[in-house]
Amino acid sequence: MKKLVALLLCGVLAAASLTGCGSSESGENGEVYVYNWGEYIDPETLTMFEEETGIKVVYDEFDTNEAMYPKVAAGSSAYDVICPSDYMIEKMIDNDLLQELNFDNMPNAKANIGAQYYEQSKAFDPENKYSVPYCWGTVGILYNTNMVKEPVNSWSILWDEKYADNILMQSSVRDAFMVALKLKGYSMNSVDASELTDAKDALIAQKPLVQAYVIDQVRDKMIGGEAAIGVIYSGEAIYTQRENPDLEYVIPKEGTNVWIDSWVIPKNAPNRENAEKFIDFMCRGDIALMNFEYITYSTPNTAAQALIEDEDIRNSKIAFPDLSQYSGLETFSYLGEEGDELYNSLWKEVMSE
Amino acid sequence: MNKKLLSAPFLFWSALFIIIPLCMVFYYGFTDKDGAFTLSNIMAIATPEHSKAFFEAVKLSLLSTVICFFLAYPLAMILANLKGKRSSLIALIFILPMWMNFLLRTLAWQTLLEKTGVINSILGFLGLPALNIINTPGAIVLGMVYNFLPFMVLPIYNVLCKIDVNVLNAARDLGANEAQAFLKVTLPLSVPGIISGITMVFVPALTTFVISTILGGSKILLIGNVIEQEFTQTGNWHLGSGLSIVLMMFIIFNMVISAITDKEGDTNAL
Repeated sequence: MKKLVALLLCGVLAAASLTGCGSSESGENGEVYVYNWGEYIDPETLTMFEEETGIKVVYDEFDTNEAMYPKVAAGSSAYDVICPSDYMIEKMIDNDLLQELNFDNMPNAKANIGAQYYEQSKAFDPENKYSVPYCWGTVGILYNTNMVKEPVNSWSILWDEKYADNILMQSSVRDAFMVALKLKGYSMNSVDASELTDAKDALIAQKPLVQAYVIDQVRDKMIGGEAAIGVIYSGEAIYTQRENPDLEYVIPKEGTNVWIDSWVIPKNAPNRENAEKFIDFMCRGDIALMNFEYITYSTPNTAAQALIEDEDIRNSKIAFPDLSQYSGLETFSYLGEEGDELYNSLWKEVMSE
Repeated sequence: MNKKLLSAPFLFWSALFIIIPLCMVFYYGFTDKDGAFTLSNIMAIATPEHSKAFFEAVKLSLLSTVICFFLAYPLAMILANLKGKRSSLIALIFILPMWMNFLLRTLAWQTLLEKTGVINSILGFLGLPALNIINTPGAIVLGMVYNFLPFMVLPIYNVLCKIDVNVLNAARDLGANEAQAFLKVTLPLSVPGIISGITMVFVPALTTFVISTILGGSKILLIGNVIEQEFTQTGNWHLGSGLSIVLMMFIIFNMVISAITDKEGDTNAL
């Protein structure tokens, strides 16, 4: 009943929007509908793809995995290629939203992506059937060496009253809880109520010290010297250092999130073949290099890594850290609906405090 | 027949973008995940987190509305008293910022108010103490007042312009001083403008989530933020819709009250 009503209403909306705008012109070899993170690709590579293949790219962006999911799950807009993160891919596999990839059609994906990244992907895609890694990285602490004189190596600095009103926290649920859970020595995939309550209490205790809860703004605020310490994704860290050399990035000793964003093809993709061509194109060494240089997020593409000319970047500990040095590294996994609800309700308690 | 045809696009538009979406909100608000009827999404407003966010939003938006009113009324009077070209020029200057995107203007305030922002740089240069208002309720109120002030000024300005000067002259002839003329004539006659101004400020201020995110640093949770997060983060459209319905009811209830008092005001003025 629920589905029927929703479907009818969506149908009316869809019909209306179709009659409204008509179809835009298509490429000679059809189209590919891509749904990716904001500012997560060099636009030049899309133009090159269109020129080389004659396939028109229709490109949409999202801010968070959580905002992307309902659109794809509702099936109201059919995409060919999406780039979600690890735990979200697991959720999509669980809910039967993805189709298996044919790696024979994607020689670059087979040859260029480092074996260790496929190995790491097994945490959420156990047989490597559904996803091709696009970017990866860590989450750590970015600090301004002018304002923080002591050595930084632990999440506990985010609870240090010296830096009251100088701390930027991530405002997405899983990232915020990851920090608190790691601080307390728990797994960041914990669904244990007492561990999570412990983490929640820590986050509430931290709240008076936090200047703001942000997502992308942490980048600009740290560059501008607005705060001393921020929780940031490693890819953003390289960019911020280019803009402000006083900034330093560390992976805390308690461990952190090692994440992967990967290309997947949803079940309802209208142009499956074009989707595979697109993914394969993105895995080409020169293209992956262009994207790496543009967005500065670590590439799992070994061909691209070899092509990096700047030695500092090629050996950068932020872009390509030696993960064996660190303990407590984990990748997010999907916690199930109950787990998600528990996290969300606890996070709401923190936010309304 | 012709008239019906002319109204067709409007009817089509409102069905498509008002009626159908409203039906969807009500549908989601009164059902649970399995599509069964439930009131739990509505009752959820009573949980401590939600009611706190709700009252916080009411508090801040009421405060903004009051501030807007006291800023807007004198301004509207000045505008209404100006004659000819100058008045339209000043009105234009006043409306000009509204031509810019709402989000951009709010982001601009963030840049102004930040610790290392424009205002603090100037204060620091002059040797004055820094202004620490960003990421506090004060900054949210400031953002609301700034963004919604024109919605208060314009309706009041419109009613003030329509007041017949002879009515005021008559009051003075009959011995009223300026204050009396204002309190007994101008103010009662401008009540409809005040009411619509209050509604036009209070409603968007109550439901905003952008201002509290940008100027409040997401540290202060308003009911608008809760609803937004239910849709974009949590993906619980049922709860989000349920809370939206509560908010809608609250607003409608207030508008009915003000409509009733407005009518009484009218009769008193006559």
